[in-house]
Amino acid sequence: MDAANAATKSIGENRASLRASDAHTRLMALHATKSKPGCVAMRTVPPTSNPAASRVNGFDGPLRRARRRIERWIATRTPRIPGPWVVNRRRVYILPTRYGYGFALLLLAMLLGAMNYSNSMAFALTFLLAGLGLVGMHYTHANLVNIEVRQTRVEPVFAGETASFCVELANTASVPRFALSAAWQRGAPPNAGIAPASVDLAPTGVARLSLTQPANTRGWLGAPRFAVSTEFPLGLFYAWTWVELDMACLVYPRPAARGAVLPDSAGANGSRSGSRSGQDDFAGLRAYQRGDSPRSIDWKSYARQRSPLVKQFAETLAHELWIDWSELPSQWDVEQRLSQLTRWVVDADAAGRVYGLRLPGQSHPPAAGASQRQRCLQALALFEAR
Amino acid sequence: MTPLTAGVTVPRDALLRLLVVLAIVLLPHVVHLPLWASGLVIVIVLWRGLAAVYEWPQLPRFARVLLALAGFAAVYASFGRVSGQSAGVTLLVVMVALKLTELRARRDQMVLVLLMYFLLITHFLFSQELWTVAYLMLCAVLITAVLVDANHPAAVLPLRRSLQFGGRLILMSLPLMLVIFVLFPRIPGPLWGLPADSGAARSGLSDSMEPGEISNLVESDAVAFRVRFDGAVPPNRERYWRGPVFGHFDGHRWDAVLHATVSAPPQVVADEGGVYVYEVTLEAQRSRWLFALDLPNADKLPDDARLDTDELLQSPREVRERRLYRVESRTHYRLLQPLDDAQRAFYTHLPVHSNPRTQALARQWRAQGLDDQAIVDAALQRFRKEPYFYTLHPPPLGRDSADEFLFDTRKGFCEHYAGSFSVLMRAAGIPARVVTGYQGGERNEIGDYYIVRQSDAHAWSEVWLGERGWVRVDPTAAVAPERIERGIGEALGERGELPGFMNPNRRGFLLRYALEARWDWLNAQWNHWVLGYGPELQQAFLRRFGLLDWSDMVLALTAAVTVIGGALGFWLLRKSRTPDVRDPALRLWQRAQQRLARAGLPPQTAEGPSDYAMRIAQARPELAVEITRIANLYLQLRYLKANDSRTERALAQAVAQLIV
Repeated sequence: MDAANAATKSIGENRASLRASDAHTRLMALHATKSKPGCVAMRTVPPTSNPAASRVNGFDGPLRRARRRIERWIATRTPRIPGPWVVNRRRVYILPTRYGYGFALLLLAMLLGAMNYSNSMAFALTFLLAGLGLVGMHYTHANLVNIEVRQTRVEPVFAGETASFCVELANTASVPRFALSAAWQRGAPPNAGIAPASVDLAPTGVARLSLTQPANTRGWLGAPRFAVSTEFPLGLFYAWTWVELDMACLVYPRPAARGAVLPDSAGANGSRSGSRSGQDDFAGLRAYQRGDSPRSIDWKSYARQRSPLVKQFAETLAHELWIDWSELPSQWDVEQRLSQLTRWVVDADAAGRVYGLRLPGQSHPPAAGASQRQRCLQALALFEAR
Repeated sequence: MTPLTAGVTVPRDALLRLLVVLAIVLLPHVVHLPLWASGLVIVIVLWRGLAAVYEWPQLPRFARVLLALAGFAAVYASFGRVSGQSAGVTLLVVMVALKLTELRARRDQMVLVLLMYFLLITHFLFSQELWTVAYLMLCAVLITAVLVDANHPAAVLPLRRSLQFGGRLILMSLPLMLVIFVLFPRIPGPLWGLPADSGAARSGLSDSMEPGEISNLVESDAVAFRVRFDGAVPPNRERYWRGPVFGHFDGHRWDAVLHATVSAPPQVVADEGGVYVYEVTLEAQRSRWLFALDLPNADKLPDDARLDTDELLQSPREVRERRLYRVESRTHYRLLQPLDDAQRAFYTHLPVHSNPRTQALARQWRAQGLDDQAIVDAALQRFRKEPYFYTLHPPPLGRDSADEFLFDTRKGFCEHYAGSFSVLMRAAGIPARVVTGYQGGERNEIGDYYIVRQSDAHAWSEVWLGERGWVRVDPTAAVAPERIERGIGEALGERGELPGFMNPNRRGFLLRYALEARWDWLNAQWNHWVLGYGPELQQAFLRRFGLLDWSDMVLALTAAVTVIGGALGFWLLRKSRTPDVRDPALRLWQRAQQRLARAGLPPQTAEGPSDYAMRIAQARPELAVEITRIANLYLQLRYLKANDSRTERALAQAVAQLIV
């Protein structure tokens, strides 16, 4: 994937929310008030801690083959789509939880007791609870059906950090939904028994759940398939659906350790073409960029012009630095270089500097501010050595 | 020691709700539990509640283990065992309470909920009265609400919401319960035997009789059994429900000596008339007697019941649950039994020096040359003519009870008359024995059946008169004929010593009587149709619907559960659908969009109506005018609140004319 892809992605995202609001224009006001901006954090289970999976893997051939077949079947049923994904009732799977099995055992014991004592009220209670189990199953199933799952903006992270994918659950029905949670497919055994964060959805309400994934290598980190699930109201059944949203997190290279100073002070001479000596030598005006100090704004010209201009002095120009791939020691490998360049970009941005980035085959002209940082880091993240 | 609130813990409010519900579920058990167990449960529940509020630390592990062991030992010490009905229930209750001490996480909450459901079922071992249904429903709703709480981990649901969920879930389970209750094939129990102390407490007639025993029973208005006659109903004076027969007398107490004599079974000769067919619903009394009118027909006995040597209907086991049986009886009969010398001696035996005055009176009658029948008549005549009184509160009697009653106090209840009459007969050399049972029964006008209460308990005599065999003689009839003709209420009413519940002079008696009759009718229906719904009734009932055997039942059950479950699922899915668009403008606009989408021009996600119309107009210039008009009309209706029907009609027309 490249930048263009990312751009379409964000457009797709806008579309998603727009279509949703278009479809329910009459509910728009409600939408606005009920949507929760906050993202509920999820605990994710690391892939290895899935007891069910390891148990299955421990078995021999046929079971594993069956498991692979099930995986393939799931894959054909859940295409990777940008979203929103509307949970179809045919895509909702349901199994008893361990409490469900316990409940069944309890009912069996009660039934035997009732038979032994020929006790009509005991029969009645047993059958009432059996009915309750069935009713609960239907409730759990219906709690999930017709939920809309959408992706939201994914914030880039540095390698070594944790990528957080925030999914938005929307309830289009006029009944509330309760205790919905999400977890990755790996490490999401249906009966994990842990209490993941869960959200409720008011009628036509929206809420967000966040799924985290360790980001180990730079580049695009695609979100794997995840399950949206619920055990509400009785906890005897676990209903879930697989969702695979086409969302990805941009992972910047891991910044090198602090210590290697910025290239200009190191004397590594890049291009100081525009630099002239003299502390206070006025070198001209340029357009304002985010991050420029208000003190450097030329207020006089601002009165005449529409957009503010910034006074440039020789000193500043001297510090418009180039962060350059070729300046790094030649014995360093690609990742090491990228890591160091990332550190410099981060530091330069933190210092509010104007900087440019040169990589083999591409060059990003000097600028300052968040968009420059994002541009440079993305270039580093997606850099492919030829 | 970890604080109770550490880790993934149950929220405080959820925990307090659980404690309250547990207290309600345990409440009826207080009467069955030993005092220490009730105290322990109360203390633990209170402690756990306070610990939640004040965040006290959890008990250390060894303390909990110690408590569990101590609870086990205490139950064993109280009952001498840990199984059986009372001991088992006590153990369960104590362990549930102890489980509270380690209640922290959701897991414990779920386990406790399951235990509470199980606790609920133990109540029905003690009582299955009509009110238990209301209690069952209340508790089921409350426990389910707690269960819903346990499954909403993010935040504690508002109380109203959880109760609403509990109520709604239980309400929806009711049809399923009803269907399964009716159709689930019942098998005759028990599967593995009942604990010795299961079922109701011992009540009713005992297996011996001494003066004062039956009058105690008369104070109770508990129902002994209910009877529904097919066709003819015997008059009150013929309704003798024969119970335990006592042939052995020790001077004070009458009791049954089983197998005292090995005798040929008596021969029953039916006399004309007096054949009655009826159905008895016997309350559990923990005895083996199945009460029936005088003599049941040996050819038409209920299943597994048999007639003993005294022609009494007996069940092979103690009756611990309410039991329904049909009997055919005759009240006009002759009970012939040739007595050999040993038997004759047994039935005329009196302790040597007991009741000398009674023995003297009998000898005097014999000396006058009276035969057996004449002596019986003389004795009855004595009760009738001399000042004997029928009273519920006679003075207490000493060792020679017959003497004291016949010659001194002369005030007595049925057992005094029956007992002393039998002594008198034996003294005269006539074989005699005492029979206890019930006499009469009150009609319930609502349901057209008869209620026989413990207060109808009665005692009479049987004397052996040669070729006439055993003849029933009721000396009470001689002294208080109204007792036999119209019932105990009439007989005692004149003397003003009625037990409270049958006193017609009390205020509101008639109203109460009418209400009680209805309540009893309701109970009888409940007993018959719900509590008595066993294999026989189920087969008889379902046969009416063409379900003949259990495979039919299972088939019908599966079908019914599927249909109900399907309907429920359908209804729930309908509710979770996106609601239909009610706005006609939006509906028309969507119709236009659909039409264009079929032509390959679907709306884009981020496109408003104007942009969409513009794009269509570019892509298909021939539609430009129409689509622009439609979009404009729609936008007017939508955003200008131009809610007039003319614009709507115009839009409808425009959409209708949109031919792609």
